[in-house]
Amino acid sequence: MDESGAPAIQVDPSELHTHGHIEHSKKVFELNKVSVYYGDSKAVSDVSLDIYHRNITALIGPSGCGKSTLLRSLNRMNDLIPGARVEGEVFYHESNLYDRKVNPVQVRKLIGMVFQKPNPFPKSIYENVAFGPKSLGMKDDMDDIVEQALRDAALWDEVKDRLHTNAYGMSGGQQQRLCIARAIATQPEVILMDEPCSALDPVSTGKIEDLMLELKRNYSIVIVTHNMQQAARVSDMTALLMVELDSDEHNRWGEVIEYDDTNKIFTNPRDPRTDQYVSGRIG
Amino acid sequence: MVTNEKTPRTGRTRLAVAGARAGSVSVFGKSSPGERAGSVLFPAVLLLALTLALTGLASLLVWSFVKGYPRLDANLIFNAPSTLFPATAGFRPAILGTLYIIAGVIVLIVPLGVGAAIYLEEYANRERWYNRLIELNIQNLAGVPSIVFGILGLAFIVRGPLDLGFIAASASITLALLVLPTVILAAREAIRAVPPSIREGSLALGATQWQTLSRQVLPASTPGILTGVILAISRAIGEAAPLLMIGAVTFVMFDPSFFSGGYTALPVQIYNYAVRPQEEFRNLAAAGIIVMLAVLLLMNSFAVWLRNRYEQRW
Repeated sequence: MDESGAPAIQVDPSELHTHGHIEHSKKVFELNKVSVYYGDSKAVSDVSLDIYHRNITALIGPSGCGKSTLLRSLNRMNDLIPGARVEGEVFYHESNLYDRKVNPVQVRKLIGMVFQKPNPFPKSIYENVAFGPKSLGMKDDMDDIVEQALRDAALWDEVKDRLHTNAYGMSGGQQQRLCIARAIATQPEVILMDEPCSALDPVSTGKIEDLMLELKRNYSIVIVTHNMQQAARVSDMTALLMVELDSDEHNRWGEVIEYDDTNKIFTNPRDPRTDQYVSGRIG
Repeated sequence: MVTNEKTPRTGRTRLAVAGARAGSVSVFGKSSPGERAGSVLFPAVLLLALTLALTGLASLLVWSFVKGYPRLDANLIFNAPSTLFPATAGFRPAILGTLYIIAGVIVLIVPLGVGAAIYLEEYANRERWYNRLIELNIQNLAGVPSIVFGILGLAFIVRGPLDLGFIAASASITLALLVLPTVILAAREAIRAVPPSIREGSLALGATQWQTLSRQVLPASTPGILTGVILAISRAIGEAAPLLMIGAVTFVMFDPSFFSGGYTALPVQIYNYAVRPQEEFRNLAAAGIIVMLAVLLLMNSFAVWLRNRYEQRW
């Protein structure tokens, strides 16, 4: 797969501040040698990178390179998979998410998630948005919370007359925006998006991308995408993961081979494999 | 864009359609006589199987209606049974007894069955031997003959540790134990059928496992759980064998009570009438079958109505 034979370049996170036009004022996540295992097999190996506040950070790479696994380790969704295990440290601001004292439920309140396939609850549109705030015991007026979340997700005008109808009556794109509304209704700081547009048509995809650029003003977004154009269009920072094989080719795992400003990744990458991948020659 | 107006069929389009049809026939060829015979024969066999099954049921129903029709009156429902006046004797204590027993069964099986299913599906670690043992035994219990449950009820509920005596409550507990495996298995299926994406979506919003369970998983699996409860009730209403073991044999001529005194149930009362030599009592038994079916239908349609109210799709 890797004809060039160049060694994997481990990006030193401190370098990232120096180049690029984006202001990296504040870190949200600081990953330190993060490896994720499913049982005995390693899925993601040794990832160290920083994710910045009010940025869109894209994780790209070929199928099976562990993008989603890495994403799910950022809000402890991997805990739900029996046998999954995270090594290393994931600092969210100052605290390690995998510290023994940390309650995963608290983590997910602050770090929301949108999934690949729209997964609205089998309830009304209103109930879908209100479920999170109700579960967290938010005291504000529920109608206001729902309206604000739907407005922020650019969905309010389309659904304001049918808030109490079943969410399954919506189109796929609307359902996915409902899932985004649902995620921001609990006022998280970060939204993780796992290939949010892969089940959607181009028009809906465009709407979600516009929405992400809008949401970036208030939220930090980490998006996994298999669509390089999408990463190029919306993200500020891009990490490219690749599948690595061990010497006897029995074990395979994902590694971050380059993490940088999106512009740099797509125009002037350091690793030749990045250049080959983004230009469509490998992967 | 889809338009509602149909394109008018000009001569040219008609020709094109005909051409396309002719083309498609020639491409796919004809099916062989064997294939055609098979496609007729196979559904015919299936239809025959269905017909045989339904004929048995239908003849039973027709027989009951023909025999019982003369006795379908208010006396049948509101009068107590009598060995002296078959023309006016009824099923009142048996109907009440069945309703009491079934009400008790529902009260017991819903929380116990759903609770057990939730434990097994959501909390039990399948690696542990005792959880696997529990699972295996629930499946086995579903196949145990009902008379065995009757003996159990007699030994442990009527007498023995609980020592409740021959009362309707004992019958409720015994029948609940009998149908509990059905409810647990159905409820487990229903809970398992809720897509993982719903749980993930809920947990990703910071909901706890309990909130996810009580506000997403259980509401979504309610229709399936109710189906299990319907099946269980249907079975419990018709059971006579365990009731014979635990005291429903008494010929009760007064209204029963749940916690004290003798009681009887519809299937037992029907049996009681059916074994008498006189023709009138046999007709009364036939009428009793109709009453029992009506009670069953009434309870089931309520459960079906409830289930449809909760019916959801994803």
